[in-house]
Amino acid sequence: MSASTKITMATAWLDGCSGCHMSFLDLDERLITLAEKVDIVYSPIVDTKELPEGVDVGILEGAVSNEEDLEKAKLFRSRCKYLISLGDCAVTGNVPTMRNTFDLDEVYDRAFVENVQCQPQRPTEEVPPLLETVRPIHHVVPVDLVVQGCPPSADTIWYVLTELMAGRTPCPTEVTRFGA
Amino acid sequence: MPRYPAPPNAPAKVRVVTLRIDGQDIGAREDESVLDVAAEHDIRIPTLCYLDGLSTWGGCRMCMVEIAGSPKLLPACSTQVAEGMEITTNSDKLKNYRRMILELLFAERNHVCSVCVSNGHCDLQDLAVECGMDFVRVPYRNAPYEIDSSHDLFRVDHNRCVLCTRCVRVCDEIEGAHTWDIMGRGVECQVITDLNTPWGESDSCTGCGKCVQVCPTGALVKKGTAAGEMEKRDDFLPYLTQMRGNR
Ligand code: SF4
Ligand code: SF4
Repeated sequence: MSASTKITMATAWLDGCSGCHMSFLDLDERLITLAEKVDIVYSPIVDTKELPEGVDVGILEGAVSNEEDLEKAKLFRSRCKYLISLGDCAVTGNVPTMRNTFDLDEVYDRAFVENVQCQPQRPTEEVPPLLETVRPIHHVVPVDLVVQGCPPSADTIWYVLTELMAGRTPCPTEVTRFGA
Repeated sequence: MPRYPAPPNAPAKVRVVTLRIDGQDIGAREDESVLDVAAEHDIRIPTLCYLDGLSTWGGCRMCMVEIAGSPKLLPACSTQVAEGMEITTNSDKLKNYRRMILELLFAERNHVCSVCVSNGHCDLQDLAVECGMDFVRVPYRNAPYEIDSSHDLFRVDHNRCVLCTRCVRVCDEIEGAHTWDIMGRGVECQVITDLNTPWGESDSCTGCGKCVQVCPTGALVKKGTAAGEMEKRDDFLPYLTQMRGNR
C-alpha cells in the first residue's frame, strides 16, 4: 500500500494524564499492523509541529480546561473528518472537573501560591489561562464518537480502530464504560 | 347446596387477570405490580430506587412503561396489573427517557467514576451501560456538595447521592431507627441524619450499616475503602422481610 492511500490520523492530549496515549502504546505489536494502514501525521508521539488539514481521524484525550485546550479542540474539529473523544476526561471531564466546584481564584492560589515555597506567584506568561469551568470535548465542539474508560484499554482502542478501518461504526459501550 | 361463611381471617380472594407485556400473553394475580409480573416472566425493566424487600417509592422514574390507553407513562414498580392491560416496556420513547434521566442524574451531582470507591460495583454505572448512556448532553451543574466522614465506620458523599431514598426506607422499615430522612426541595434535596446533625453525632444510628449495603452508588460507603473497593450486598433484605412475615 502506498503512503498516499493510507488513512491519516492525528492525536492530542488536552487536560488529561496521558494515560489514554499510554494505553494506545499498549497496543504493542498491533502498532505494527496499524502502521501498515495508518499514518500518524500529528501526535505527542511523533515529531510534527503543526496539525495538517484534512486528517481522516482525530483523537483527543483529556478535558477542555484552558484556552489552549479550547483552541486545540476547535482546530481538531475543523481539520479532522472524524473526531473521537478518547477516555473519561474527554467524555465526562472526569478528574479535571473536580476543580469546578471551587472558585477559579482559589484554584490558582492553591496551585501557585499555597503549595509553593519558592516565589509563590500566579503565572503571567507561558502557562495558558484556565477556563472558568472544565468541560468535556463534546460540550465545546461536536464529536463523532466517544470512547469511555480511565483509560480505555488497549483492546478497546484496538476494537474501535479496527472497526473504523473496516468501514463500520464501532459501539464502544459494548466493551467499555465510565471508569473502566 | 349449603353455603358456608368464609372462615374468619381467611385471606381475601385474589383474582387472576390476563394481560400482555411486550406482546407476550401473561396471567398474573391482580395485586401484583407490573414490575413484579414482568420479572416473573424474565422481562427486564430497569430500576434504580426500587429494592426488593423495601416499600415502593416510585421516585427515580427509570421503570416507566407505556400502557395502551393511558396518555401518561407509568412507573412499573407502583402500577398494579389489571385485566386486559397492554404494556410496552422498551419502546424508543422509553429508551430515550431513560437515557435522559441518567444524563440528568450524572449532570446534577459530581460523579467521577474513575476515583469513586464504588467504581465497577455501582447500580448507576450499570444502568448507564444498560441504557447506552455514553455521554451527557446537558451542562454539568458543578455544584459543591459535602462529604461527612464523622461516623466511625461509614461516610456519606453527597456528590454521589441520587436521592433514591433506599437508605431512608431501610433504616426506618427494617432497622427501625429512622436515622435518615430527606431535607430540602428540588435541587436542594439532600439526605440527612437525625435533624441534620453530622452522622457521627447521631443518637438514633445503631451503626448496623444496612443503609450502606442498599445504597446503589458510592454515596454511602464503608470507611477505609479505596477506588473500586466498595462492594455491597443487599441480598439480606428479602430474607429479613420474609422472616418477619412481610410486616
Ligand atoms: S456513584 Fe457510581 S456513577 Fe457515581 S461516580 Fe461512583 S461509580 Fe460513578
Ligand atoms: S445516600 Fe444512597 S441510598 Fe441514600 S438516597 Fe442517596 S443514593 Fe440513595
